Amino acid sequence: MNLELFLLLATALFCIGLFGALTQQSVVMLMMGLELMLGGVIVAAAAAWHYIAPAAAEGQVLVVLAVTAMALEMAIGFAVVTALFRSREIDMTDMAAELKE
Amino acid sequence: MLSEVAFWGLAALAVAGGVMVFRFDSMARATFALLTSLLCVGGEVLLLGLDYLGIVIVLMMTIEMAIMAVFMIMYMMNPAGLTPMTMMHNKQGATAICAAAFVLLAAGILSTPWPARRGKPPTDATMDLGMSLMGPQMLTMMTLGMALFATIVATVVLATRRGRYDRLGDSLRAPSTDDPIRGGVGR
Repeated sequence: MNLELFLLLATALFCIGLFGALTQQSVVMLMMGLELMLGGVIVAAAAAWHYIAPAAAEGQVLVVLAVTAMALEMAIGFAVVTALFRSREIDMTDMAAELKE
Repeated sequence: MLSEVAFWGLAALAVAGGVMVFRFDSMARATFALLTSLLCVGGEVLLLGLDYLGIVIVLMMTIEMAIMAVFMIMYMMNPAGLTPMTMMHNKQGATAICAAAFVLLAAGILSTPWPARRGKPPTDATMDLGMSLMGPQMLTMMTLGMALFATIVATVVLATRRGRYDRLGDSLRAPSTDDPIRGGVGR
């Protein structure tokens, strides 16, 4: 186990999440992709704390920041889906883009 | 040795769970695949010695995915995966972008001369985090607090069907509320 392995794991999670965020049409599935990307960020931040500067607490603060970002993204995402669904009965990004025009 | 096995096991499960999120037809299954992946992320954080943050991630993700499963079944057209379907666009382009991003990031990770480990982990990492958040990182903590508060307000505004302006007019001076169904106390 070393820093590189943890960072490679983080990269793998980030890229899978990016794939989901780019391809999924459903807003909720798109949010799942974003969650996976943030999961990768958490692993990378924790690994950087452990292997580079364990004496400083900033790495841990970065993990707290990423976890909070995850929670906010989820809450706002669901609120947007609820608003979209209520006004237009849709849950797909393509339909939302079409109806804008 | 044990931690080595745990790392590889959790890493394999995290990546496999992440891949399965976008391969399952069933929305409920996709949610639980994501839960598996994020629980493994929590496990890796525990493995790195961040006990408190690891447990927070595990607890938070469990609740979050339970809520997500409810939303999935509410809104999505194929909650149980009974009809095979794909809901993707631009698969080739996204695959190319993600593969390129992975290769680029992996090359960066493997070619960077990472600095040597400086200092020793504190005996109580949780205490260290708490002292930092309540001391030098107070601004971060306050920003997070304000962001969370703004999120509460924004989610209520977005999710509510009819606000007070719908009921009482733009100047909030309507003599009586405009409700689809009359009733309530005193009306």
